Amino acid sequence: MDPLWVIFLKAFVMSVLLLGGFAYLTWYQRRLLGRFQHRLGPNRTGPFGLLQPIADAIKMIFKQDVTPTRADKFVFILAPGISVVFALVTFGAIPAGPANSFFGLDPWILDLDIGLLYVLATTSIGVYGIFLGGWAANSKYSLLGSLRSSAQIISYELGLGLSVLSVIMIAGTLNLREIVELNVWSVSPWLWPGLIVALFAFWISATAEVSNVPFDLPEAEQELVAGYITEYSSLKFALFFMAEYVGMINASAIIATLFLGGYKGPAFFDLLIPGMSEWPFIWLILKIVLLLGVFIWLQASLMRMRYDQLMRFGWVWLFEIALGAALLTGAVIAFVL
Amino acid sequence: MSILNVAKGMGVTLSHLFKKPVTVQYPEEKAQIQARFRGRHHLLRHPDTGLEKCIGCSLCAAACPAYAIYVEAAENDPDDPTSAGERYASIYEINMLRCIFCGFCEEACPTGAVVLGHEFELADFRYDHFVYGKEDMLVGVKGSKWQRREAERKGGEVELGFQAGPRPELEGVDY
Ligand code: SF4
Ligand code: SF4
Repeated sequence: MDPLWVIFLKAFVMSVLLLGGFAYLTWYQRRLLGRFQHRLGPNRTGPFGLLQPIADAIKMIFKQDVTPTRADKFVFILAPGISVVFALVTFGAIPAGPANSFFGLDPWILDLDIGLLYVLATTSIGVYGIFLGGWAANSKYSLLGSLRSSAQIISYELGLGLSVLSVIMIAGTLNLREIVELNVWSVSPWLWPGLIVALFAFWISATAEVSNVPFDLPEAEQELVAGYITEYSSLKFALFFMAEYVGMINASAIIATLFLGGYKGPAFFDLLIPGMSEWPFIWLILKIVLLLGVFIWLQASLMRMRYDQLMRFGWVWLFEIALGAALLTGAVIAFVL
Repeated sequence: MSILNVAKGMGVTLSHLFKKPVTVQYPEEKAQIQARFRGRHHLLRHPDTGLEKCIGCSLCAAACPAYAIYVEAAENDPDDPTSAGERYASIYEINMLRCIFCGFCEEACPTGAVVLGHEFELADFRYDHFVYGKEDMLVGVKGSKWQRREAERKGGEVELGFQAGPRPELEGVDY
């Protein structure tokens, strides 16, 4: 356990890094999407377009900040704050390396026994930002967008919760660090089918949670003029975007932590340099970047679902699949092991 | 949306990830333009005599749907004619902001004097810089007004950002 001031310092550094990560995620996304579509993507500002996020940020800051006259001013300002704060706070529970591995410091901010629960809880609180934002703007497009979004996120929370059940049952703990240390895949090959289905279900639910394509109904630029952020401009708009992108980073980090070995690297790297698979940060960051790439790949490939399809898929298919995975894993644990 | 279709679609996008981008890095790389591209107009001359083809008949101005052309005609001096006919255009102006590059003027012209060329880099700063006169369009003048000003300032040649194939109507224009 680090002293309190170190924890605060780490939290601060993490927030700054995540915001930088958000900025460069937009770059990564645009470049990669460009390549998927035979384009180059932004490459004019600085080498490889690397200064593009900074230029965008400067532009964003100097935009006029419009608040609708009929808006509920306080909530209107509060909503983007809620979104971005809870997106940032979620990341705090994710361990980035073994204990004391970072120059004697722990490479995480909070080591909670209920880490997984905490992550699920904070991601769901983020929906308040969306909902309040849509409501406070006092516009029908915003309200529709936020209603859609809330319904979607609450529906897919079920899939999210049920698909992590398999991992929880195998690991017997909610502590993210212990889950990583245990490595759920190494317990028994009999558990693999359940885990694969759970990973699949979790992935889909997480995609819906962060409103990524094909579940990007809350925004739906083409129909809803960008949904709940219709009335937002300037920095508040940027904050919502920040929350969404940090949410994407969070989702990748959680998938990596629960299912893909988290901060641990592949063991065969230890043959090259002993202890390499235990290095903090790099493995987690590498996995996050790869998983973000898959999210962007989805964006390049799929179309937005219709609202009724979305709901039917969430309640009729995903819910049952996740439940099935949990039952399968439970049965294997009870009868085979 | 079946899982199989999703997988197939994602395979397609993935295969495109490794193909070469089609982007033309425009100002550095030259844009490849089709020979029949319709850009800035050229006023042509008879190649043998060097006389202007335009006889100041204003048919192009009449045909123009955007009212972009203004022509004023004058009698030719018989000893030192400007054009091959009786009259010539003493003033010939096209407002490039009004022009929609439809090519009707070219179709209407009885002598083939006005032909749409390939130049498209016409951006400029002031309204009156978009009104192109005879001195800006007669054959041999290369580049838009801004490009020529810029070349003069730098003391170099006018650099065009495109390449196009030859077009027979563009007599005497080699780009
Ligand atoms: S191209 Fe069309 S719009 Fe332009 S000057 Fe000729 S007739 Fe007018
Ligand atoms: S360009 Fe052709 S149509 Fe226009 S005034 Fe000259 S001769 Fe007549």
